[in-house]
Amino acid sequence: MIELRNLTKVYHVGELDLPVLKGISLRIEDGEFVSLTGASGSGKSTLMNLLGCLDHPSGGEYLLDGHNVAQLNADERARLRNKRIGFVFQNFNLLPRTSALENVMMPAYYCHPRRPGNEIRRRALELIRMVGLEERMHHTPAQLSGGQQQRVAIARSLINNPGILLADEPTGNLDSTTSVEVMNMFRDLNRRSGITVIIVTHDRKTAAFTDRAINMVDGLIAEGVSDELSANLVK
Amino acid sequence: MNLAQLLLTCLLALVRNPMRAALTVLGIVIGIAAVVAIMEIGKGSSQQIRQSIASLGANTVNVMGASVRTNGVASGMGGRASLFASDAQVIMSECRNTVELASPVVRTSGQIIVGNTNWSPNSIIGGNEHYLAIEGWEVAQGSPFSAEQVNNSARVCLIGNTIATKLFAGKDPIGQEVRIKDVVFNIIGVLAPKGADMMGNDKDDCLILPWTSIRTRLAGAGGTAAIGKAGASNSTSSVSSTDTFSTSAVSFYPGCDVQPYTNAPHPLRTRTVDSLIVRIRDSENANPAMDEMTTALRRAHRLEPGVLDDFELRDRAQFSKMVTGTSETMSNLLLAVALISLIVGGVGIMNIMMVSVTERTREIGLRMAVGARPRDIMFQFLTEAVLLCLAGGVLGIIIGHVSSGVVSSMFGWPIATSPGAMMLSVTVAAGIGIIFGWYPAFKASRLDPIDALHHE
Repeated sequence: MIELRNLTKVYHVGELDLPVLKGISLRIEDGEFVSLTGASGSGKSTLMNLLGCLDHPSGGEYLLDGHNVAQLNADERARLRNKRIGFVFQNFNLLPRTSALENVMMPAYYCHPRRPGNEIRRRALELIRMVGLEERMHHTPAQLSGGQQQRVAIARSLINNPGILLADEPTGNLDSTTSVEVMNMFRDLNRRSGITVIIVTHDRKTAAFTDRAINMVDGLIAEGVSDELSANLVK
Repeated sequence: MNLAQLLLTCLLALVRNPMRAALTVLGIVIGIAAVVAIMEIGKGSSQQIRQSIASLGANTVNVMGASVRTNGVASGMGGRASLFASDAQVIMSECRNTVELASPVVRTSGQIIVGNTNWSPNSIIGGNEHYLAIEGWEVAQGSPFSAEQVNNSARVCLIGNTIATKLFAGKDPIGQEVRIKDVVFNIIGVLAPKGADMMGNDKDDCLILPWTSIRTRLAGAGGTAAIGKAGASNSTSSVSSTDTFSTSAVSFYPGCDVQPYTNAPHPLRTRTVDSLIVRIRDSENANPAMDEMTTALRRAHRLEPGVLDDFELRDRAQFSKMVTGTSETMSNLLLAVALISLIVGGVGIMNIMMVSVTERTREIGLRMAVGARPRDIMFQFLTEAVLLCLAGGVLGIIIGHVSSGVVSSMFGWPIATSPGAMMLSVTVAAGIGIIFGWYPAFKASRLDPIDALHHE
């Protein structure tokens, strides 16, 4: 369960303080399928970084399964990310000239306590099969299409059996057909494995796949406000 | 991440760009190859120099009588007839740990006659049965004289190569007779040629006799240091003419209770010797041996504490050290140059690792996002640098070893393989990897995962 209490983030640019998040309170239950939408500059990327424990907030509390993440140091956050959170990125971020299988296995190497190599491999093969790429598992990213690359990335995000999947514009670099495939995959994961899926997007069609849309406007949450309205607000 | 996974990750990262990895490693390969080749060649040549110096008799110490001052006129070194043949025995029995062999040395000069030819050899030297071993002489033909022949003042001699060729051109000298100062000696052996000594004198132009034979049979010729220059009135007057041709056994090693410098009528000429030559065990450091010998000789000569030594030690090992030192200095100089090339190689590694960190910023960001701690990133890049350097080191050792072999077969230079140098090279290579890989690795570990992920 994710709970944010009056979370703020202020960037310091020279002498200026730039408040990006202005007090966000939010609750995402386990097993939810959520989209985080908003125009660029609304702070959704910042919120996503905070949710992904990549950054620490300037104020407020972030409770992940009841633990206050804001108080963790860099190493502890790394452990937490490794264990609890899977990341999917817009530009896939696969290691170049490295096979799909190796890419999927990579996050498991940073597990603590260590996982035995053959167990990692078995799990990676299972995931590759699940995303339907068993014939291409020895191909490098350059030999895969965008959709296939994103499927490898999804398999990679699942290697450590995380509770939360954070996807940052997962369909941003894909055509509409593959976008639908990828979003269906997220939905299946959410439905079948009960993983909390949070998708950051500015695309309404993508957001429409999710059960709940959290709309961000100018560093605050405008939940429940319809897409049209939020679009107008930004204008 | 365990070691196997770390190594695998690093190897995969390196193999992703094989050409670059190869070029990066080239600097280290050249550096290590140069170091190994120079070490092998340098070691080979100093070994050879040491051997040739040892054959010149460099791991020896000379014992001379001290100088003597008569009416204000000082004689040179060895002016005092203070050394006895027994001192050689004393040194050998009391300094067993540091001294291998010791022999008395007496010298004379004069004409030798063979048949109708004559010759004045450079030196006529007398020693005991160990003398040849101490000086590093080998007998090419015939046999050396024995301890018994020394005790009996046998009329035998060994001749140097020059004399063998001058007086016996073509003929076999063994068993022939040679007259030295009208005393007939039997040639029992010919020495292997040695060439010129450090001063340019022909070492082969010599005769070697039992020292007793010189002292008893060629006594009138004993015009060398101990007796001739001494100026001490007692050294010549006590010799009776019967001594000269005496064949009866004389006690050449009188007991230690004999007090030197008394006017007692000892057959001094047969007891005192010009000098002693001692072969020490450690040719690099003669000091312990010399200290021990000093103690032993002082005790044998019954010198009270505070009385100056009546002998002096001269260390020929010094010379060997100097010459070996010269060759070592040269190879150390070359080694320094090779080490500089190694540093240049290290800078190359650092340069490429920096480029690699920048180029792989997104990868670093990703690894951090999925749970790599800063120290994991640091270890990864450090390991990559060390792996590169180790690969370069191993390749460099092979190339260096092969090229020193090629050089040795082309120019005939001596080489000496040294596993120590190879181990050292590998260590140095790994060290360079750590030193020059550290900063890029540190930089990589300091990246912010958010910035790194969005790096273009």
